[in-house]
Amino acid sequence: MMTTSRAIILAGGVALLAAASCQRDTPTQRASAGQLESAVVDARPAPALPTRFGTFGRRATPAEIRAWNIDVNASGVGLPPGRGTYARGATLFAAQCAVCHGAHGEGIPPIPRLIGREPRDSFPFGRDAKYVKTIGNYWPYATTVYDYINRAMPFPAPGSLRPDDVYSLAAFLLAENEVIDRHTVIDARALRNIRMPARDRFVVDNRSGGRGFR
Amino acid sequence: MSDETRVTRRALLAGAALTAGGVLLERLPLGATPPGPPAGDPSLVPGGATTATSARSPFETPARTPAGILTGPAYSPIHEFTGTITPNDLVFERHHGGVAMIDPKQYKLLVHGLVDRSMVFTLDDLKRFPSVSRVHFIECSGNGRNGYRDAKPELTPQMIDGLTSNGEWTGVPLSTVLREVGVRRSATWFLAEGGDAAKLSRSIPIEKAWDDALLVYAFNGEPLRPANGYPMRLLLPGFEANTCVKWLRRIKLVDQPNMSRDETAKYTDPLPDGTARQFSFVMDAKSIITRPAAPSRIERGWHEISGLAWSGRGKIARVDVSTNGGKQWTEAQLQEPILWKAHTRFRLMWEWDGRSATLMSRAIDETGYVQPTLAVFESGRGPGTDFHFNHIRSWIVKPDGVVQYGVGL
Repeated sequence: MMTTSRAIILAGGVALLAAASCQRDTPTQRASAGQLESAVVDARPAPALPTRFGTFGRRATPAEIRAWNIDVNASGVGLPPGRGTYARGATLFAAQCAVCHGAHGEGIPPIPRLIGREPRDSFPFGRDAKYVKTIGNYWPYATTVYDYINRAMPFPAPGSLRPDDVYSLAAFLLAENEVIDRHTVIDARALRNIRMPARDRFVVDNRSGGRGFR
Repeated sequence: MSDETRVTRRALLAGAALTAGGVLLERLPLGATPPGPPAGDPSLVPGGATTATSARSPFETPARTPAGILTGPAYSPIHEFTGTITPNDLVFERHHGGVAMIDPKQYKLLVHGLVDRSMVFTLDDLKRFPSVSRVHFIECSGNGRNGYRDAKPELTPQMIDGLTSNGEWTGVPLSTVLREVGVRRSATWFLAEGGDAAKLSRSIPIEKAWDDALLVYAFNGEPLRPANGYPMRLLLPGFEANTCVKWLRRIKLVDQPNMSRDETAKYTDPLPDGTARQFSFVMDAKSIITRPAAPSRIERGWHEISGLAWSGRGKIARVDVSTNGGKQWTEAQLQEPILWKAHTRFRLMWEWDGRSATLMSRAIDETGYVQPTLAVFESGRGPGTDFHFNHIRSWIVKPDGVVQYGVGL
């Protein structure tokens, strides 16, 4: 019932508005009908647009680019000078990361687990829902560890770590995941040369629409 | 407002209050929101005054599901919606470093890398480019995880598929801005990066930039809400929402994907054969019946089965509805206009006879893709797969009229 009465009120309101606007518009429309027709016939085409407008925006300064150009890619491009050790990484992890990720990187849901190689190298994540992805059993590139920690961690103060800190955390996490040993010093060259256990597990998207499910 | 106007309106209000013989109205400050549901017959007393922004009726209380943490999702109440457009304050949210608050006067977008001219654009600069408005859905690729990985009879449409929203976006095509900086031939990807605490970054094939990528600053006629990327976000129609980087501050033209955390550790699809699908951007066709659905109890007789269908590959071509668990299907009516990469409302009238029924919807898009059954989906992707859950959703109607999510159907 309420819906019906509302609909009637709405319809009434719309009818009133329509009536009001008709009264207002009709004389104008009558007066301008001829003009309107010729205006349509005479309208000029919109101006051709340039490939570049040339006046919006400005050149970026080298300092602006430096400040924001933080990404590190899978080839290691973007990795800064510096080096890190397991020992320093372990100290940093305990001080700044363990509060969310657990003392052993085991994760405190919903904060993800970081450490663990189980179930070794079988990569059963699709067929078995019980396994948890970690850096050691799932991440395909070691450079991502640097890129992500550097841009987003620690969660309360992203961007606060220096390159040596980030390299050290990478050394700690990669060693705990049994990807490198605890004596390996991590720098740009070492990091880009690490081959992660799950590196070859990733395939390009083969879905393309149409019939059939992939 | 001038003093004169204020006096006039106040006098009018006082007059109205006297006419109605009410003391209450005189005390009602001009511009105040009417307090709660009325006690008596609203046709016998004057209503409230106009307000600066309009509130919902106190009888309507749609709400998202804030998670109370900075990275959790807030599901949109899709079962409360009619039509196809998501109200701005009910668009779903999923953040990776909280909601960034950005001063539009301080905002700038850096476009650099393999370009002829590295450039910085202010928000005003970007708004001066020729703008377009397009209706598109945006959907988290984790949408549907609850219904697949953690299925329970009491799941609602909101908790199953509430991480999708649809509306009219306004902005500038990314291709327009790329022409301004001049893209070098060697650029095959671009990196999009947010200015939030997560500085979320995703690598996107350059073809998408030339196709339909937009830099958007408005949704449903007003500036983006902070939670949805104010003042500027990337919108890649049909692609998983994680790629539609919010608070966009940088686009870098590159010759290889970055392999950022959200395109390796997350947002990849492990498959049963021991591989993981990467750069699985497109959201395949799916649909869900939003009424009748849990939690509700229906009466015998006629019901409108109504829901949403969408495809990241184009228009919805057809939606079929079954009331007997997929044994027979009936073509539902689609609400025109059917838009490209947008929510499409489907409807089918159904007379319930009081016996157990299983309601299902099956979307078919213009490429001929058919939304898979749960069995087909599970055998193709595996029980542990993590994103792009687009199998057919089912609702069981029990003889007592109680509607529950069809776990395992």
